[in-house]
Amino acid sequence: MVEFTLWDIARNLLLAARWTVLLSLIAFVCGGAVGLVLLAARVSPLPWLRRVVVLYVELFQGTPLLMQLFLAFFGLPLLGVDVSPWVAATVTLTLYTSAYLADIWRGCVEAVPRGQWAAGASLGMTYAQQLRYIVWPQARKIATAPTVGFLVQVVKSTALTSIIGFVELTKTGTMITNAVFRPFPIYGMVALLYFAMCFPLTWYARVLERKARVGQHQ
Amino acid sequence: MTYAFDFSGFAMYAGMLSRGIAVTLGLTAVSTVAGGLVGVAGAGISIGGPRWARALVAAYVELIRNTPFIVQLFFIFFGLPGLGIHIDEVTAAILAMTVNLGAYATEIVRAGIESIPRGQVQAAMALGLQQRQVFRHVVLPQAIANVFPALLSQVLIVMLGSAVVSQISVPDLTYAANFIQSRNFRSFESYLIITVTYLALSIVLRQVLSRLGAKLFAGRMPRAAAQPRGLLRTLFAWRGARTLPTERS
Repeated sequence: MVEFTLWDIARNLLLAARWTVLLSLIAFVCGGAVGLVLLAARVSPLPWLRRVVVLYVELFQGTPLLMQLFLAFFGLPLLGVDVSPWVAATVTLTLYTSAYLADIWRGCVEAVPRGQWAAGASLGMTYAQQLRYIVWPQARKIATAPTVGFLVQVVKSTALTSIIGFVELTKTGTMITNAVFRPFPIYGMVALLYFAMCFPLTWYARVLERKARVGQHQ
Repeated sequence: MTYAFDFSGFAMYAGMLSRGIAVTLGLTAVSTVAGGLVGVAGAGISIGGPRWARALVAAYVELIRNTPFIVQLFFIFFGLPGLGIHIDEVTAAILAMTVNLGAYATEIVRAGIESIPRGQVQAAMALGLQQRQVFRHVVLPQAIANVFPALLSQVLIVMLGSAVVSQISVPDLTYAANFIQSRNFRSFESYLIITVTYLALSIVLRQVLSRLGAKLFAGRMPRAAAQPRGLLRTLFAWRGARTLPTERS
């Protein structure tokens, strides 16, 4: 029987936290890219396109992430895709993140005065050019704080992938608990590690928010 | 695609499904009430409490908001027995959901209280109300009316997040899905049915709660929030899709 000291547990959890960080980064980067496309569609002049995105966002915000993970895990094989927990987790988290980011960014784009669009149009710019060169640069400033704040939710949501068998921080905590049966210190450490990842983001989002507010009141 | 969907064998699980709905809604209802009370107490303390209590509330809020719900749940269910506190899975689920919602509600209600103009408090004091009465009868109702939409969204998030409690074998809606697919091996269909059920629940719950809010806080809520979205409108989002920056008059 192998003896686990507290340090052994902490070291294993720290190593597992790498996967949580990696998965969060993938979800954020890919989700951000898909989110940008969705954003462009959400504020586009075509009503049916906007409606599709609204429906997409409602679907992802109105159902549990756990169900989305299960559907991807059991549904992708039906399409003939070989699915590991890795694939199911990254695909689901990307789509999930993109829905939320598109919604957050939509709010920021709508906060830019409509005259800006009109001014772009009067210069002969196309819709894409107006969005790219006039509106998005202004919206991006407002968007930074809520986007960083949402990153916290992305990190936390990766914990659910443990349920479909993705071995990250939470899953490792469960596995070590099953081996050494000391749930109190182990889950305590898991929680602290998540806190160590999320709290700096929360704090940074708050700083950005305060800065943005100072700018507004001038 | 060669896969043939088969929804034929699901009728026999209708009872299980409705029990799952009842458990999910029941957990949500209990933790909404309890978490709401925690939120009001936490917000009250973090605005007017002694310094040490304020620090305690701040630590609680940050700790909960920066850790995943599933870890909180596991900590309560698996970790607390290590301290000699034994609770069954339903109590653990309710406790975790309450603690979780309480932290978010504290922040939301606090923002609501801070949005109340000082003149309201001064006017109430001038009428001879005590500090407690001012909080209870003047500040709190207006504060909650102001942040009701945010509270409502948080309740929905907690309801959807409660899917995780199936992991500690609470017989909720997700548990029903796991059970059914382990019997008939129709995993995708099982989870699809349950996902649609969750979607319907969240649409209906949003409707019911925003109607309730409109009634409770008649004339006090921001107008856009006071109008609940209709079922079909939510699904097809006609109105939502029409508010656009590109649509210039």
